[in-house]
Amino acid sequence: MSKKLKRLLKRIVTGALIYLVAILISNIIPDLNENIELVLFLIAYFVIGGSIVKAAVKNIGHGQIFDENFLMSIATVGAFLIGEYPEAVAVMLFYQVGEWFQSYAVGKSRKSIAELMDIRPDYANVLRGGEAEEVSPEEVAIGETILIKPGERIPLDGVVIKGSSSLDTMALTGESVPRDVAEGEEVISGCVNLSGVLEVKVNKNYGESTVAKILELVENAGSKKSEAEHFITKFARYYTPVVVICAVLLAFIPPLLLGGGFTIWIYRALSFLVISCPCALVISIPLSFFGGLGGASRAGILVKGSNYLEALSDAEIVVMDKTGTLTKGTFAVTKLVPEMGVAEGALLETAAYAESYSNHPISKSLLAAYHKDVDKSLLSEVEEVAGHGVSALLNGSRVYAGNTKWMERQDIQMKEPDEAGTIIHVAREKEYLGYIVIADEIKSDAKLAIEGLKAVGMKHIVMLTGDQKKTAANVAGALGIEEVHAELLPKDKVDQVERLFQSKSEKGRLIFVGDGMNDAPVLARADIGIAMGGLGSDAAIEAADVVIMTDEPSKIVKAIQISKRTLVIVKQNIVFAIGVKILILLLAAVGIATMWAAVFADVGVAVIAILNAMRAMRVKA
Amino acid sequence: MRKTYILEELDCAHCAGEIEAAVGKLEGVKSSTVTLLTQKLVIDVEEAKAAGITKEIKKIVKKFEPDVEVIEK
Repeated sequence: MSKKLKRLLKRIVTGALIYLVAILISNIIPDLNENIELVLFLIAYFVIGGSIVKAAVKNIGHGQIFDENFLMSIATVGAFLIGEYPEAVAVMLFYQVGEWFQSYAVGKSRKSIAELMDIRPDYANVLRGGEAEEVSPEEVAIGETILIKPGERIPLDGVVIKGSSSLDTMALTGESVPRDVAEGEEVISGCVNLSGVLEVKVNKNYGESTVAKILELVENAGSKKSEAEHFITKFARYYTPVVVICAVLLAFIPPLLLGGGFTIWIYRALSFLVISCPCALVISIPLSFFGGLGGASRAGILVKGSNYLEALSDAEIVVMDKTGTLTKGTFAVTKLVPEMGVAEGALLETAAYAESYSNHPISKSLLAAYHKDVDKSLLSEVEEVAGHGVSALLNGSRVYAGNTKWMERQDIQMKEPDEAGTIIHVAREKEYLGYIVIADEIKSDAKLAIEGLKAVGMKHIVMLTGDQKKTAANVAGALGIEEVHAELLPKDKVDQVERLFQSKSEKGRLIFVGDGMNDAPVLARADIGIAMGGLGSDAAIEAADVVIMTDEPSKIVKAIQISKRTLVIVKQNIVFAIGVKILILLLAAVGIATMWAAVFADVGVAVIAILNAMRAMRVKA
Repeated sequence: MRKTYILEELDCAHCAGEIEAAVGKLEGVKSSTVTLLTQKLVIDVEEAKAAGITKEIKKIVKKFEPDVEVIEK
């Protein structure tokens, strides 16, 4: 609690006690002198609301007649003038309680979101002249070596040159399983080193590092305002003057037309003034969005503005890139098809040996699948023909591994299989051993993601890819995606998205999801561009509107759910606050609602709306 | 040219809106956004007017919220 809040709380409590004493005394002694009673209530009033009256007087000098301090002062002074002392003090008391609560809630949300994003490194241990020196991360240059001990936060992006450890990426990704790193691997700033000492060669300065980029993104998110927020700002601009004018009319027109006393109409008009402040809305709507953004970032989803969080709930078309989004973008052996009489193990072993000297990604995936070490002394006369394959002498017999063209060139008899993916044929001398299918793997949660998207109401899910038709159809079939466009150049992807824009409804939004590597134009063209795997890819963080820090496509569903939930809370608050205010205004106008009800419509509604808004922050990671 | 200010102790939503609108009307200011929850004022201002703008902003903030401290970032 800030000093300002503590001071205000003290004043509220003291004032409330004096107020209670005043009420008790005036009840116990019914024929107490009117002036003594007034003095008691006035003391309570000034203890609680002196600052409001002071601010009101000052603001009048600036010509701000619709200022809330001024309106509250008029309402309460007016109540004193018509002899409603307890009401006058109560209005001020509850108004101050509301103000206090508002400040408290804002401070608390701000703090909890700040904690959520508590990833700013305080220092770096840089190795200079063989000694570790503690400096601010900004002072470390590219190429310097930093030392990270267990328990410390990685201050800058870089490559591990010594040591191995596991890293806690929770604050960045929402992922609770630690990530293992070893020599030669990249580490990202913002993660916490858990077990071993690491020496890291810095490859980005602090301003360009992941942690600085994320912090900048999160801090600026609030400034891109949603339509709901614009609506409320506009509403508030008209609401207060309109209610105040109504109050003035209510005080003077009916008594002049109908005759009778002014007191009762002034009382009703004063109630209007109490309800005239739009605080409940003005505070709770941005607070809801802020909470939603905070909750999303805790789940590893960075949304660049309230406007995007709002738009996500209107999404109806999702266009997804294949490689890197739905599939891992790395190659792996997915199928072994040996000829009759050949063991799967023998097929893989022959291929792995034949390819062991090659640096091609395909060779690497074969070796990864083989698991065992290759004894290179068994190999000789290795020959690689680009675009075809390899041949080598293995234990004295010649082995071949490569594509169909390679087999034809060796005059080896085989049947062309009907498979999606890259096919490696394997042969020994003139004998065909079988083939191995190497394909990009589908991510483990991709199917879940597509099902989830359908469940949250996506009307249309489209997959785009530069890959060949057969592979694309295979992936789409496995995931249950109906519309697929394959063999596209980056420019064709933009055209496809343009075409899909025509098919969406006026209010509906189009989402494009990619890995941010070469789809920046499409990310920008879509209503909402979502980049996957933000951890480690600056391009993605720059280009997209929403960045998913992990590689999981199911987080898209999570983002939409968070958006929908936030929007529900926003709508509840708008309807509830405006509804109650209008209702009490009407009831006050005809004399049914008292000033107590008006206080509820102002402060009570604000408190309830704020509490409701704070729910938006609670997101299960 | 983008400038960012911290409005320390700002906690009144209504005042945030007033400050945003008033700063937006200053000469040379192309856009002005106050974010209550991060206590930030971000403006886009013409280079030529940038020098004197901080003083103008402080004046406006003092008027609406005398307790708020304006810190240029």
